[in-house]
Amino acid sequence: MNAIIFSAIWGVLMMFSGIFIKTKAVIRNLAITGAAILLLLNIAELSYHFILFHVNTRGMLVFDSFGLLFNTIAFAAALIYLLASARDIEDVGVNQADYLALIFFVLCGVSIASSFNTLLMLFLSIEIISIPLYILTGSDKRNLKSNEASLKYFLMGSFSTGIMLMGIALIYGATGSFALGNMSRQIIGFEPVLMAGLLLLLISMSFKVSAAPFHFWTPDVYDGAPTVFTSFMATIVKAAIFIAFVRLFDAAYGQALPKWRLTIAFIVAATLFIGNITAVFQQSVKRMLAYSSIAQAGFMFFALFGYNEYSKDGIILYSAAYSLATIGIFAILIKMKDYTFDGYNGLAKQQPLLAAVNTIFLLSLAGIPATAGFFAKYYMLVAAVRNGTYLWLVIFAVLCAAVSAYYYFRVIQAMYFKDGDGQVKEASPAFKTILVIVAGLIIILGLFPQLLTVHLYF
Amino acid sequence: MFAVKNQNSAKGIALFISLGVLVVSLLGLTVMNNHANLNYNAPWISILNCNFHIGLDGMGQLICLLTAVCFPLIFISTWNNTYKGANRFYALMLLSQAGLMGVFLAMDALLFYFFWELALIPVYFLSSIWGGEKRIAATFKFFIYTFVGSLIMLVGIIYVYFQANQSFDLQTWYSLKILPEKQTWLFWLFFIAFAIKMPIWPFHTWQPDVYEQSPTAVTMVLSGIMVKMGVFAVIRWLAPIVPDGFYLWGDTISLLCLIGMIYASLIAIKQDDLKRLIAYSSIAHVGLMCLAIFASNKSGIQGVMLQMFNHGINIIGLWIVANAIETKYGTRKLSELGGLAQKDAGLAILLVIIALANIALPLTNGFVGEFMMYNGVFSSAVTKYGVLDMSVAGICIILSAVYTLNMIKKIFYGHSNALTQSGTPTSVPVLVCLSVIVALIFITGVYPKPMLQLTNDSVDAILKYIKTSI
Repeated sequence: MNAIIFSAIWGVLMMFSGIFIKTKAVIRNLAITGAAILLLLNIAELSYHFILFHVNTRGMLVFDSFGLLFNTIAFAAALIYLLASARDIEDVGVNQADYLALIFFVLCGVSIASSFNTLLMLFLSIEIISIPLYILTGSDKRNLKSNEASLKYFLMGSFSTGIMLMGIALIYGATGSFALGNMSRQIIGFEPVLMAGLLLLLISMSFKVSAAPFHFWTPDVYDGAPTVFTSFMATIVKAAIFIAFVRLFDAAYGQALPKWRLTIAFIVAATLFIGNITAVFQQSVKRMLAYSSIAQAGFMFFALFGYNEYSKDGIILYSAAYSLATIGIFAILIKMKDYTFDGYNGLAKQQPLLAAVNTIFLLSLAGIPATAGFFAKYYMLVAAVRNGTYLWLVIFAVLCAAVSAYYYFRVIQAMYFKDGDGQVKEASPAFKTILVIVAGLIIILGLFPQLLTVHLYF
Repeated sequence: MFAVKNQNSAKGIALFISLGVLVVSLLGLTVMNNHANLNYNAPWISILNCNFHIGLDGMGQLICLLTAVCFPLIFISTWNNTYKGANRFYALMLLSQAGLMGVFLAMDALLFYFFWELALIPVYFLSSIWGGEKRIAATFKFFIYTFVGSLIMLVGIIYVYFQANQSFDLQTWYSLKILPEKQTWLFWLFFIAFAIKMPIWPFHTWQPDVYEQSPTAVTMVLSGIMVKMGVFAVIRWLAPIVPDGFYLWGDTISLLCLIGMIYASLIAIKQDDLKRLIAYSSIAHVGLMCLAIFASNKSGIQGVMLQMFNHGINIIGLWIVANAIETKYGTRKLSELGGLAQKDAGLAILLVIIALANIALPLTNGFVGEFMMYNGVFSSAVTKYGVLDMSVAGICIILSAVYTLNMIKKIFYGHSNALTQSGTPTSVPVLVCLSVIVALIFITGVYPKPMLQLTNDSVDAILKYIKTSI
């Protein structure tokens, strides 16, 4: 509860700060302070049950350790994101305070997405997340690509929201309630209306997490949006929608999973295949990361596919590993003069530290042991193998993971083994320190994943 | 290690650390040789029931000893090579040593996988940064190959983990009885990873390129020790865990090994590049080791144990010579060399001995190991084709004599040319290393008993779990 209210308040505060404060640095620091307080308040609620605002939600929101733990990850990632890239937000356009305000509104949506207990709240959270993102995507107003991306995102997004509403309406018609609890009771028998509703819901959620075959908007939107906001969209937002998906699954599909498993297996296989294979052919690192985010979504889908005791640990670990690494890579990408793979040539000579941390991030995304990405992937595979069937899908997934190593390592090759003058804009010592901390976190999680997952149980 | 800027001090520290490791492993062999000292077990990730369990048994000791002996030899023999960023080079070398040791020590499957990958990463960087012209493509192929293999193995590990009631412990896995029909495909999940590492035909295509393109010090690590990871893993992590699959596919794998041996030997005969020649000879030798494992009897597996050590020592000797020649004359082409024996008699004598060990002449270490392996293959009770396997494999000894002696002839005898006229005797550190290797060759060749005793118990323990007759 702390997070929802506080992020909304701070968002409004940020909005007005643009009028009263003229110094960019103050606004920036205000946002960073806000993210830090948000993180602390959320940790207080998770560990000490310290609740600042008591609101009776009548069971529409549930604050369990799963949701709160994810909030902690999301806010920590947001804090890191702001610390590393807040300066770059200023370069996008003139409305710096508004961008930051929108980011806080998205965080508000994120904390609803991790704690909803009725379909209405799910819808609300998805909308609160999406609408600021449409604006952020188009924030580079003079850039045609940014405008195109924004329009595309808006049209496709509203389309999928419509499908979601349709699905929710059908489910309401079948069960007479929006509550998630009722759905799982009703779902045991086969009821065409309910099934149709669930299918529409599945489609719209797949759209939001950019799972194939509903992924077509992703590369263009991620590529067109200003890189700072792509970083935000591809990490925190994506992970949050996955968390919402897992919560929904818990209640709606969980008991009837065998019926859905083939559908989901198809989505997983298609997502992994399209994401990984297309990423191989990209020339721009930014576009490669867009496809890699599709591919990673395919892996995250395993949490839904093999719905069992490993899924929640897995998705928590995955969202942490993926968000941290991707934010780091994007933070460096923003500083690059040239977004193609060749732009990275010889970076290791110019900026040995940046190249080293970037390597750690990429290794983590590829799932090499001793990085957080390994245990994230490991949990997903365990969740899938646990069920004992569909082993072909697991083997297909690891082959795709090997393909992913190909394009991640292309960046490493460019940085270390090729000659060139990979240029970065100025990189301050503070910026480097933050990236080193992120890299440290990734390695710590890679050696002791239980540091994070243990909070699910206590 | 990354902090050391001075090249010479980096070399010195690396050598010192590797010698320290050697001393520790020797201590492990002699003074503190009891079970309690050689085992360490601590919970690592308790939620997954995964322990940081490392331990040394006989075969672990032997192969760790090999690793510990090899690294100082590698450092000394390449003392005169200069590397840009030597501190990073030596740091990565030591990191790969740590990974390799971890693989040989791990008693917990997840830990094993962890080290298995960890050994790969430094080697990938070493070869890609300091390698030859075509290094990027070659090492990347190597990386992708092994990464695919290990990920497939990871699926296998997770599957067995659930079969074993969520345990990664090696002993629990040994006592597991997995249904035979599951073992048939489970076998391949593991074997592909090991076959790529060894490498077994047709998974070998990465190997000659990588050996050729890597800096020689790294090639020594790859061929001397890393290749043994695959052989070792088949013995410890494959045969006792899926014995039925192991038995069922035995003949198929033997066939692959034989094809690989003949194929590699024939190509080695036609090679003009010294490094590629040694690379192909390595494929042939490893093929024989794999063949002998699948013979599933004591003579075969003991022979493999001994030969793992021997092959590691011998091939490092060959690489040292290749490195010495390349740094001095700037070429590895056999056709451009000749008549070196007059200029550099010391090197010639030592190389001839190592080469004879490579073709398994009596009194050298190669003879003992290979004889035991051939004996194992011949008397194997799990296959009907023992005699046939043995005779085809026997041809490879002849072929190996052809290419090895041919190599010596072309390098050391015949007429010297303009390039080799200027030859000078080899430097002392290289000769010292080669002498150590030659001494080891004769010691194990004449008196292999201590080593065989060392691995005796662990081989017996493994034979308990695998099917030894039809």
